[in-house]
Amino acid sequence: MTNNLTGTDRVKRGMAEMQKGGVIMDVINAEQARIAEAAGAVAVMALERVPSDIRAAGGVARMADPRIMEEVMGAVTIPVMAKARIGHITEARILEAMGVDYIDESEVLTPADEEYHLRKSEFTIPFVCGCKDLGEAARRIGEGASMLRTKGEPGTGNIVEAVRHLRKVNAQVRKIVHMNEDELMTEAKNLGAPYDILLQIKYNGKLPVVNFAAGGVATPADAALMMELGADGVFVGSGIFKSENPEKFARAIVQATTHFQDYKLLVEISKDLGIPMKGIEISRLSASERMQDRGW
Amino acid sequence: MVKVGVLALQGAVIEHIRSIEASGAESVVVKSVNDLAEVDGLILPGGESTAMRKLIDRNRMLAPLQAFAAEGKPMFGTCAGLILLANKLVAYDSAHIASLDATVERNSFGRQVDSFETKLSIKGVAEDFQAVFIRAPHIVEVAAEVEILASHEGRIVMVREDNILGCSFHPELTDDHRITKYFIGMVEESLAKHKNL
Repeated sequence: MTNNLTGTDRVKRGMAEMQKGGVIMDVINAEQARIAEAAGAVAVMALERVPSDIRAAGGVARMADPRIMEEVMGAVTIPVMAKARIGHITEARILEAMGVDYIDESEVLTPADEEYHLRKSEFTIPFVCGCKDLGEAARRIGEGASMLRTKGEPGTGNIVEAVRHLRKVNAQVRKIVHMNEDELMTEAKNLGAPYDILLQIKYNGKLPVVNFAAGGVATPADAALMMELGADGVFVGSGIFKSENPEKFARAIVQATTHFQDYKLLVEISKDLGIPMKGIEISRLSASERMQDRGW
Repeated sequence: MVKVGVLALQGAVIEHIRSIEASGAESVVVKSVNDLAEVDGLILPGGESTAMRKLIDRNRMLAPLQAFAAEGKPMFGTCAGLILLANKLVAYDSAHIASLDATVERNSFGRQVDSFETKLSIKGVAEDFQAVFIRAPHIVEVAAEVEILASHEGRIVMVREDNILGCSFHPELTDDHRITKYFIGMVEESLAKHKNL
């Protein structure tokens, strides 16, 4: 006889609260996962290819081979996250059955459903989802996401879109907090956001789940910038293992995320890192190459 | 008013800060050895213990944290914080701050899908504390001088050894401040004791 409750909002959102102030790193095998853990990552995202390689490869990007997740789960003691396609109920159930710790319903993969996202509240496993603005953030929370991240523009090594998305969400949260309750329903209509989520934001003064930065973080200064702008933590995709010296970059980004306002320390940890991943100017991407426009 | 610090290298820092303030003490964000010198007691929050240890080492904080405990100043570790405090970890050769005479096993309730919340009876604190266990460790065994404050399904989940308090779960994820108040009481006692010396 047990009164243990699993899969509650508190348990699912709480897991993300524990990741705050930390760095979650994309890895494609056990060796990279061990490097990430040794550098001080709070979790790893196990993938078949990092976003910049997904871009280069083209074609349909799907959930990774379960063998990769198993290998990574066996290699590290920190939480392991994995990506499922938007709306792909079965990929998500497979990941849940494997016992990964968190699912990213991710626009980095090719969407499986162009109309509906997953009903994430039905799962015991928690989900993280991307957002560009508060409407998107609130819809994902309404579906049951326990953690948010900016979409940014994955695999570009260009921070500009992540900055845009984080500033936008935070400005919209501030607006809701200061809004008269009479105005909230119309704002819900304009944002395409569930009214009750906006009401919670108004009275708590913040989003009900943590919001990490993602999609373009390539240097320690990028990570510190996102913390400065109010991110709860940082995802680094291609930025680590596509740099010249992954160990050094990983360690430096972890330190920069914790000590984001210690500028003298940032001088020291930014020195002699070698060459970061090569970036892409966003305007050079065609409409079909923009991952941030996937998801609805 | 006593000053209670929260080790702020990573994890659920702000929740502990709010709980300290709601309990009538002054809170301090501790990121360095200098910050540590400011406080009368220290909370080690939930988060990832491996990540926190790396940041402790890069900040050269391990010896100062050990000295803080050795001076009799109260420390309270929740989840990852408990792991940092234990002097023995199952499947590891070495421990971290090692100021609590107990053996702790990491992730011993399973992965995230097994994380849960439940009501706990905690000796001297509460009969009905809503405790949130997230990829939680548990305390496998303790030395004779360590007092067991709570167990769940036959596993030890909260202990106290003199000035050191540790638990497997996350009181910071609820609005119940009774454990924080209990810890602030320990900090007040320790200050009174040092004044009388």
